[in-house]
Amino acid sequence: MADSTVISVKGLNVYYEDFQAVKDVDMEIKRESVTALIGPSGCGKSTYLRCLNRMNDLIMGASIQGEVLFENRNIYDSNVDATEIRSRIGMVFQKPNPFPKSIYQNIAFGLKVNGFSGDMEEAVEKSLKQAALWDEVKDRLNDSAFTLSGGQQQRLCIARALAVEPEVILMDEPASALDPIATLAIEDLVRELKTDYTIVIVTHNMQQAARVSDETAFFMVGEDRSGYLVEQDDTQKIFTNPTHQRTEEYITGRFS
Amino acid sequence: MNKDKFITGNINPNRRFRKIIGGCVYILFLLSTCVGIIGLGLLIFDVLKEGIPWINWQFLTDFPSRDPKEAGLLSALFGTIWLMFLTALFTVPIGVGAAIYLEEYAPKNLLTRVIEINVSNLAGVPSIVYGLLGMGIFVYRFGSDEMFLDRVLIAGALTLSLLVLPIVILASRESIRAVPDSYRQGAYAMGADKWQVIKGAVLPSAFSGILTGTILAMSRAIGEAAPVIAITALVYITYIPAHPFERFTVLPIQIFNWVARPQDDFRSLAAAGIIVLLVILLTMNAIAVFLRNKYQTRSEE
Repeated sequence: MADSTVISVKGLNVYYEDFQAVKDVDMEIKRESVTALIGPSGCGKSTYLRCLNRMNDLIMGASIQGEVLFENRNIYDSNVDATEIRSRIGMVFQKPNPFPKSIYQNIAFGLKVNGFSGDMEEAVEKSLKQAALWDEVKDRLNDSAFTLSGGQQQRLCIARALAVEPEVILMDEPASALDPIATLAIEDLVRELKTDYTIVIVTHNMQQAARVSDETAFFMVGEDRSGYLVEQDDTQKIFTNPTHQRTEEYITGRFS
Repeated sequence: MNKDKFITGNINPNRRFRKIIGGCVYILFLLSTCVGIIGLGLLIFDVLKEGIPWINWQFLTDFPSRDPKEAGLLSALFGTIWLMFLTALFTVPIGVGAAIYLEEYAPKNLLTRVIEINVSNLAGVPSIVYGLLGMGIFVYRFGSDEMFLDRVLIAGALTLSLLVLPIVILASRESIRAVPDSYRQGAYAMGADKWQVIKGAVLPSAFSGILTGTILAMSRAIGEAAPVIAITALVYITYIPAHPFERFTVLPIQIFNWVARPQDDFRSLAAAGIIVLLVILLTMNAIAVFLRNKYQTRSEE
């Protein structure tokens, strides 16, 4: 495995009970870059994303085969603690899901559960600044997080994920519930964050994948309704000269 | 209109008849509602008319007496407060704990289903059954000389806890289930473990609902007479219980006692006692409604 690889997936199969949702995926995710996962609905890209930090453990009936190596260690080994993995591989969800607490407490929560000792106020400020939200909320940190707009809430969720200082951030269609302006703010943020973090982002929006990502992976649904990886390459190449015909058909909008 | 008919047969709307039926049904349902409201109104009016003149400071601060003019319900009032406090002490941790287990930890299998159904069924068991159970266990089994229980407050509180536990468990489960799963996911995604997720993300959201359910359960508990009669054996108390191992009486029993006397004045005292009990119950229900409303507006923000 090359040094630039942070997550390496080998022969990953995901099942919900008897149904195979994702079939035989191999993928290398490069450090401090943005990898976009695109593909039609039901192709298993969200399911796949949730395997990368063991969020699928929480779904009843979900099971996996294969390996997800994070810094050369299989995160599904029996001696690996899922909470450790999730604190190092954070996640941002499709719908902004701040806790019904104050803005401050939303960020402090992750620090507290991970046993943070230090200057909490400074840590909160730093996280909010990284998520480009500080200037908008610095005067009302004690207001409920629900008083923020949808886009602000999503940036709060990103700040919340950053506070724990993960190495990787998984984003599951983070802008799909937002208006175009809020979407642009999230995209700007993703581009900024990749200098310090590795980002894997699932998106329905191909322009978004083209705008923010360095690498793109294209997923498809097979005849048996299982999702599989068609190809993964430089975003530039996927969008201009993909290897597979199905990829070209998808990105040119011939099917969706 | 010369439209071709595609069904055979005649249509007879008979609108007049339908209108009469509709009107009759409306009046029938209105009357059904009125029976309940008028009945309750008459009851309250009767009690108020009878009892109001007897409510004064002396009534609230005196112990029961053979002379109606000197009788009060101080011991019953304090007995009720003691009982409510102790019952809450037992019920809240156990009830909320059981609800958390059933909602968050228990595997979804047949055994869990059976337990869930039985908890619901227990909520419908008549209260005298709990009274006899409490008497059998807490008073007779653990009530001998070497054991510490007898017909005392703690035995009453344990019995009422059995009675209201199913209610608290059901209400707590409802409000825990109402917590959006996205809160749990968000907390897990930051590396929280199960208990941290429950403590930090689930319980704060479910708190108001649990509190409301508990208050309603407590108001059920302090209105109960039958199970407490089985525990206390209608003892005549002229002191304020100082600790949970003293014998006691409560408002419903004091009322029951007064109603059973032949003198008219005691009947009026009973009415006054009912007013006091009603005020306490209505206050508790009002607090519950207030908390629920406050909670609802907050989550809609």
